[in-house]
Amino acid sequence: MHMPLEDTLGLNLLAANEHQADHNREHFDEWRLLCLNVMSSPGAGKTSLLERSLAALSSELAMAVLEGDMTTLLDAERLEAVGVPVVPITTGRACHLDAAMVSGGLKLLRQRLDPAGLDVLWVENVGNLVCPAEFEVGEHRKVALLSVTEGDDKPLKYPVMFREADCVLITKTDLLPYLPVDIERIEDHIRAVNPRCAVIRVSASSGEGLEAWHAWLRQERALTLMAQQQVAQRQDIRHAEALAAGGER
Amino acid sequence: MHEVDMTKCLVLSMQQWRQQHEPQVPRVERVHLQVGAFTCVEPDQLITTWRAAVQGSWLAGAELAIEPVPLVGRCVACASTYAPNPEQAYRSPCCNHPMEEIVSGRELRIRSVDYHLPSEPVAPSSLITACAV
Repeated sequence: MHMPLEDTLGLNLLAANEHQADHNREHFDEWRLLCLNVMSSPGAGKTSLLERSLAALSSELAMAVLEGDMTTLLDAERLEAVGVPVVPITTGRACHLDAAMVSGGLKLLRQRLDPAGLDVLWVENVGNLVCPAEFEVGEHRKVALLSVTEGDDKPLKYPVMFREADCVLITKTDLLPYLPVDIERIEDHIRAVNPRCAVIRVSASSGEGLEAWHAWLRQERALTLMAQQQVAQRQDIRHAEALAAGGER
Repeated sequence: MHEVDMTKCLVLSMQQWRQQHEPQVPRVERVHLQVGAFTCVEPDQLITTWRAAVQGSWLAGAELAIEPVPLVGRCVACASTYAPNPEQAYRSPCCNHPMEEIVSGRELRIRSVDYHLPSEPVAPSSLITACAV
């Protein structure tokens, strides 16, 4: 007997990963922190940007980093130097972080600190413009970087990544005077595949745009916190109602 | 390369589905999968890695049937649907509007599974126990 099964309708190919990602996010919400998944091609400047942002924001926000890297600890060592806790996740041959790897990273992080004291958890993904776009890790927001040296066609060649991003940072803008590249064309291509995301020009070396980027981050942190508090309040109300209903019986 | 991880995920998702039938292990003949054009999945590579991954497992011999789903956008300016393409920067040909709404193309869905359950219970002893109760 062969039965076509229709009750699996809607079961995602990546359901197993999404289940773990949701579990990670539940922890993040419980700890009232904002989790950012930072993605880009190799060499677009994720680590340099993080160095600047961690240094600039560490006086107002408690932060930690889960650092995905295929084989080395080089990036993790650079970020540790800024004075923010960093947990390296070496992925071996995997070209992206998945939710289970981030869950493993969280276990290591919890041995060092109480994540409830954090405001922002950064997940620096493996440099790759393809698969990280499809593997959620439990983040609240996706941040994609594209450096001006990569060319204006990348948003069209890797559209899924730029479509999924909540914020696209165009990095290394200090190099613009030396390049035959039209930054407005880059922005136009990003907006063509994703008209809703924030697009911010930044340079980690000159500092251009960092204030706008940090303003976006603060705003998303505030929005996430508000949503987390509302959910917690509703849970408290339901809990109180359940207790009251139990008492009446 | 990420099709290997996609396949691992698919096998894990199938294992979650299998739990509904415990203690029986369904014999799966075919898994019907919808793969949208606007995803990072290459169907041929997925089929190759699937065949390698299921060898020797409870899914051995199960076929992966992929139904491709085209990318369809809806122009928010005039509400007509169109086929976004990189040559036109995914913009709508009617109004040159950015690709705001995606109607289809992001699917990575297990649509259905052809399977049967073994007609005999797994162990005769458990049948006897069940009868005694």
